[in-house]
Amino acid sequence: MSERQRPTVPLQGGGEGRLAPGTTQNPDLYERIQVEIAKYPNRRSAIINALRLAQEEYGWCSPEAIGEVSRAIDLSPATCQAVASFYDMFFLQPVGTHIVEVCTNVSCALMGAGEVLGALEDELGIRDKETTPDGLITLRTVECMGACGWAPMVVVNERYQEHFQPEDARALVADLRSRPRTTHGHGH
Amino acid sequence: MPRAHTYPDPKPGDVILDFVGERRTIADYEAAGGYRQLERALGMSDKDIVDALQASNLRGRGGAGFPTGRKASFLAPPHPRYLVINADESEPGTFKDREIMLRNPHALIEGVLIMSWAIRAAQAFIYIRGEYFTEYEVLVDAVAEARERGWVNRPLPGTDYTPDIVVHRGAGAYICGEETALLASLNGFRGQPTAKPPFPAVAGAYMRPTLLNNVETIATVPAILAMGGEAYAAVGTEQSKGTRVFSLSGPVQRPGNYEMPLTGTFRELIEGLGGGMADGRAMKCFIPGGSSTPALLPEQLDTGLAFEAVQAAGSMAGSGAVIVVDDRTCMVQFGLRVAEFYRHESCGKCTPCREGVPWITSLLRRIEGGEAKDYEIDLLLNVCDRVEGKCLCPLGDACAMPVRSYVKLFREEFEAHVRLGHCPYHDMSPLSSLYPMPKSLLPLVPA
Ligand SMILES: Cc1cc2nc3c(=O)[nH]c(=O)nc-3n(C[C@H](O)[C@H](O)[C@H](O)COP(=O)(O)O)c2cc1C
Ligand code: SF4
Ligand code: FES
Repeated sequence: MSERQRPTVPLQGGGEGRLAPGTTQNPDLYERIQVEIAKYPNRRSAIINALRLAQEEYGWCSPEAIGEVSRAIDLSPATCQAVASFYDMFFLQPVGTHIVEVCTNVSCALMGAGEVLGALEDELGIRDKETTPDGLITLRTVECMGACGWAPMVVVNERYQEHFQPEDARALVADLRSRPRTTHGHGH
Repeated sequence: MPRAHTYPDPKPGDVILDFVGERRTIADYEAAGGYRQLERALGMSDKDIVDALQASNLRGRGGAGFPTGRKASFLAPPHPRYLVINADESEPGTFKDREIMLRNPHALIEGVLIMSWAIRAAQAFIYIRGEYFTEYEVLVDAVAEARERGWVNRPLPGTDYTPDIVVHRGAGAYICGEETALLASLNGFRGQPTAKPPFPAVAGAYMRPTLLNNVETIATVPAILAMGGEAYAAVGTEQSKGTRVFSLSGPVQRPGNYEMPLTGTFRELIEGLGGGMADGRAMKCFIPGGSSTPALLPEQLDTGLAFEAVQAAGSMAGSGAVIVVDDRTCMVQFGLRVAEFYRHESCGKCTPCREGVPWITSLLRRIEGGEAKDYEIDLLLNVCDRVEGKCLCPLGDACAMPVRSYVKLFREEFEAHVRLGHCPYHDMSPLSSLYPMPKSLLPLVPA
């Protein structure tokens, strides 16, 4: 940590100490969120970090996860939910253990992203935005991931797989199915 | 299974990609002269540093091309002040900042430290898009290495100034690349733009004076100090100095990032470095600066890469993302895909964008599906007019401008959809698998 006191700034729009401190159900998560808060001039900036930690813990931004973030960061659950719902990487519904994302933006589409999506849909037996019935794998399309020169582009549990071809779908799905099932987090 | 991509070797004159392979570790970077400019900067006054940037005439590489030195000179005096680096890179087609961070993270970190020192920033934040997870890890490691060397979280040698760098991950929202939205997001709000003024230079992060720059802009700062502002400005055109990293994608032989002097042309980039079209395809058009910029035709390939040259050709240099479109592509589908992106990313704060962009998308969908009446093409242009220039932030324009350019350049393709009642390109277009033709229409298509 820094050997120096960082300047702190008040929260925009007030909000200091409005909530009575609740009782956390998850002291470990609570502590990890406090570490994130300490990096910033005020606690509100740590909200994305806190939501991410909670999502990793609970698998999605469930009411429990939002509640923990709200207590740890001392902002209302409605505020936390409003922020979570703004960003594509926060899941407001339960998702599978593994997340497979296919970029279908223009550079990838020009290089065959549609066929890649089709191959993954066939292999998994589900469509875009669906989860396999066993709850293992969620498939979804995403916007440009910043890898357009190495299209088509697939992201598996937040790791990029560039130059993904339709014929790679089978091996990917087999690999994911063989991985040990975790109850939370997205496979990393 | 993931195929690694290969990097082209550096060319003479490269400033940012001027190394062989990856230069991830601090030892490699130092061996190539790294962090010496930071040492030098500590002996310079803040004015000297900003003057060097002004002399270099460097223009921001994030999209708007605003002169970097001038922006730094506008920063309001009261402390605490903040430095924010825009590593949100989400404009479709753009992947240069990612490569700079992956391959040369210390150039960015050294630039951040020099600029932090120049403005005595209380903290520097690198706002990196959430999807860049590996890149985030590389940056965090690089900051840790710099800390071990005593460059971070400790008073810089001979000064009482202590820099502090926080690598802050976003969570997936294109609009957070817009500077006021980025700051709202960093401050813990929904990432929605705010009206300017106040500009970030006066009330940015935490409502404090904030200097905000793109990754490539800041990674260029050490090189500018090394060679001197005037020497940097010796390369380039009257209004666009130095080199810039271009992201080339689409069906070309050798897609990738290429650093080019701003005296170059799109032909040199696409046909020279990129090797021209792949698989014997022909070019229909190219997008010069990311999906928000109007398309240019093959006969405009000799257009210069400089900001003013692209503008004179009727488009914008934008984020330096060059997307090449081949002759099999249906431009209605292409426009629809571009519009769908902006519809998805509209933050919903102002009416022309929130309502207009979905209108543009639905009209394009109707035309693509062969359901549109002939007046709907003009209606589409009319809606574009009602969006463009009427929104709180440039995202509305980013949808309307390219769509209008596709109608203008390829109107006969739009009319053919209306006339035939289906897409004339059918399954020839690479985008057709995203927009399959309804089964009921298939008999209409000649085999
Ligand atoms: C909708 C929108 C998206 C933007 N996205 C980015 C981005 O991803 N990265 C970036 O550096 N600048 C982006 N910009 C430009 C920034 O607002 C800002 O001008 C830039 O980061 C300033 O840095 P520079 O002066 O170094 O170019 C975007 C602008 C708009 C309007
Ligand atoms: S133009 Fe679109 S993205 Fe920008 S503020 Fe308005 S609604 Fe939000
Ligand atoms: S278009 Fe797919 S990564 Fe950019």
